[in-house]
Amino acid sequence: MIRLVLDGLEFAYPGGKPVLRGIDAVAEKPALIGIIGPNGAGKSTLLDLIAGHRVPSAGRCTLEGRAIHEIERAALCRQIAHVPQLVPAEVPLTVEEVILTGRLPHGRGLFENEEDQAAMERAITRTHLEAFRGRRFGALSGGEKQRVLLAAAVCQSAPIILLDEPSAHLDPENEAAMWELLRELQQAGHLILVVTHHLTLAAQHCDRIWLLEQGRLAADAVPCEAFEPARLERVFRVPFHWHQSAEGRVFLTYGR
Amino acid sequence: MAVDPRQKIGSVVLTATLAALAVAAVTPLLGGSGMDYARLWRGESPDWEIFVNLRVPRTLLAFLAGAALSVAGALYQAILREALATPSSLGVTAAAALGAVGAIALGSGEETGFPVVWAAALVGSGAVIAFVAALGRVKRFTAFTLLLTGIALSGICTALILLLHSLAGITRSFQIAHWLMGGIDAVEYSVLGWLAGAIALGTWWSIRQARVLNVLMLGEAWAAGRGVDCRRVTWQGFAVGAMLVGSVTAVTGPIGFVGLIVPHLLRRMLGSDYRLLIPVCWLGGGAFLVVCDAISRSILAPVEIPVGVTTALLGGPFFVWLLWSR
Repeated sequence: MIRLVLDGLEFAYPGGKPVLRGIDAVAEKPALIGIIGPNGAGKSTLLDLIAGHRVPSAGRCTLEGRAIHEIERAALCRQIAHVPQLVPAEVPLTVEEVILTGRLPHGRGLFENEEDQAAMERAITRTHLEAFRGRRFGALSGGEKQRVLLAAAVCQSAPIILLDEPSAHLDPENEAAMWELLRELQQAGHLILVVTHHLTLAAQHCDRIWLLEQGRLAADAVPCEAFEPARLERVFRVPFHWHQSAEGRVFLTYGR
Repeated sequence: MAVDPRQKIGSVVLTATLAALAVAAVTPLLGGSGMDYARLWRGESPDWEIFVNLRVPRTLLAFLAGAALSVAGALYQAILREALATPSSLGVTAAAALGAVGAIALGSGEETGFPVVWAAALVGSGAVIAFVAALGRVKRFTAFTLLLTGIALSGICTALILLLHSLAGITRSFQIAHWLMGGIDAVEYSVLGWLAGAIALGTWWSIRQARVLNVLMLGEAWAAGRGVDCRRVTWQGFAVGAMLVGSVTAVTGPIGFVGLIVPHLLRRMLGSDYRLLIPVCWLGGGAFLVVCDAISRSILAPVEIPVGVTTALLGGPFFVWLLWSR
């Protein structure tokens, strides 16, 4: 059982206002948790703290009882794979080479070993990238690139995957495919924390929602509870409405 | 399945090694002054002495210098993810030159010895890295800012070199002018030994970090998520590059463009995998400067032109082409 605990977590840049304040939450695998909030609410900073890229100003972020920022970097990356929001568009590597970057925490030898190659094969199969393996990363579409980065995170063989807006700039087809993939990974046993602005898709796929409001956790609950319209209106400062289609699908709309 | 990188890298490095050895074996036989190959074969004077004491050390120096400058260029381009990052554009070459010229101009005795010039060049190149590191602690900077800073530092160093040159006496002024032209001269084998040791150390570090350099191509945020301490790798890489450039510059004077031309040509031919690129840059850069040196001493024989002139005449147009083809 992997247990991630945020205990009174706070963060502020030197000389700046607090970005995160008093965050208390627990996450256990398997789960797909959506981190939702307006721009500047502290979503990416929260992922950075969980990934060990930043040190909390106060409170603790622990993995299996150990403070994350005190865990040796490679060991931490064997537990947590972080997919940042932006990577350079023109990377002169093939899809396989990008996926294999996920094996670096497992060994710094000059060449990947058989275990690394096997992990890459599994990641390619799981993310349905068989047709893309030999192509240049820079020549792929935005959706394909996101899948390759997710494959690299899977190849990292970490039980926890952090994703920062993985479906930003994707068309509906790629966006839906990305969320289905995240669901598959959750079902395969991963703990996935995903920062997103797509509330309807998050409501559809996530087990839980961490709703951030000006650096505080406004809700840590299942989607239908976290996305209570009055709460969403307070957080985003715009009215939200739940709807149900003739087929019984529910979706959120917002605006006056 | 893709080709096993071990096989690909092994076969390319082997081919490059054979090509570099062929270049290094043939070029000592070429030169402005004619050589009697039959006498050389029999080990007779003076051809044998010219070959062993002049041509061979000169070829070895050219090879080591070209190898070090190419690896330093590839290293800076990898760390900064910027195609135009080179020892020259970052101000490292000019700073090493300032250190060396300072040692020559301010030294005592008839002529400043090699160890002092070497140490001074290393201090110069190291000072640039320390300066940029200090700036980096105050504010995060982009590769573009770093390049502009390098250009400014180069200008300052060049001005100080001119100042020292103008204040130096006639003997030292001549030594400075000769050194600044950037040339490959025959040096003692002991100097070559020290230089080879320093360059081997820098190249070894670069090859050891090749997989990390590959991951850095996807940006610092990605590399950090794969367990890379980006800050540490960046400054270690800068320091290793400075050591390579400073060591070479102390012996040869400033030689530009090698760190630009060779990595880019090889990257276009062989791809960007640094596990392959670093060793091939070492071999290709060495062979390139050996050929440039052979051209420099042959094309206007018996007059020799400084090798820095040849690399600049080849590298200048290449630089312009690179800018316009991006």
